[in-house]
Amino acid sequence: MSGRVLVGVKRVIDYAVKIRVKPDNSGVVTDGVKHSMNPFCEIAVEEAVKLKEKKLIKEVVAVSCGPQQAQETIRTALAMGADRGIHVEVSGKDYETLGPLQVSKIFAALAKKEEAQLVILGKQAIDDDCNQTGQMTAALLDWPQGTFASEVSLEGDKIKVVREIDGGLETIKISTPAVVTADLRLNTPRYATLPNIMKAKKKKIANVKPADLGVDLTSRVEVLRVDEPPQRQAGVKVETVEDLVGKLKEAGRV
Amino acid sequence: MGNPLRGEVVRLYKNLLFLGREYPKGTVYFRERLKAAFMKNKDETDPEKIKKLVAKGDFVIKELEALYFLRKYRTLKKRYYEPEE
Repeated sequence: MSGRVLVGVKRVIDYAVKIRVKPDNSGVVTDGVKHSMNPFCEIAVEEAVKLKEKKLIKEVVAVSCGPQQAQETIRTALAMGADRGIHVEVSGKDYETLGPLQVSKIFAALAKKEEAQLVILGKQAIDDDCNQTGQMTAALLDWPQGTFASEVSLEGDKIKVVREIDGGLETIKISTPAVVTADLRLNTPRYATLPNIMKAKKKKIANVKPADLGVDLTSRVEVLRVDEPPQRQAGVKVETVEDLVGKLKEAGRV
Repeated sequence: MGNPLRGEVVRLYKNLLFLGREYPKGTVYFRERLKAAFMKNKDETDPEKIKKLVAKGDFVIKELEALYFLRKYRTLKKRYYEPEE
């Protein structure tokens, strides 16, 4: 197989940032908060770049949907070794309601337009934890899917994917074109170093509007409320073993 | 001035400064120590010794990259995987 790989990269709030819910419970605070590439997307980019380094594919195209700042995320992917980027501009109200279905419609349209042979995505994003985009993209394209990949190898025009499943691993062989979603153990993503980020500035990022792809971004999901996870209850100190046993009995543990 | 290794040292400093932006204890903490480490050797003129110091700096870059990767990996593993045994 030689051809083009489409990699999805999502700009999310950095994994190390403490998330705060807006006072009106409409969402989380994103203004002035450090953002970076979704860690699972980093793994997806790394896998695509590795395939290119092995000369199994010709081109790696990094795609991100979002406002202007999404270009920074694409730039990181370019610094990691992607060849060019596509920025699908979604902003304002559309960006607020942008979900897996809308993104997968964009990816399906782009995969056809770019004649991609493989779409690699992260298994999920650490902000909404949806874990749906890869599956939906495969469904919309009617392509085979290898989700939760912990090992990917190309064998002729087939792809062998080792999948992480409950209690073990599953090995499947799927034909191309296909959609693969990356799990945590697939590889160790390289660091986007300063020199590489500088070099990446010369690479091209194309700007596309969802309407150009004929994609309708209407969402059928309405977010009613966003709440903080419940606080952990404070513990109590006990003086004696009898106290401890008493408390445990009270709590119905013994 | 005009030392042929000057470019190398500046490159190293810039790369480390960039990496420091993600340092767990904060950019300021990192920058202070980085600057102190470079200033300590500012009068070094022996090219061999400077090369050795630059190599040491490049090693620190590798260590920092590994540290950041492990930190991220561990956090994700804790968040998304059941603890094993």
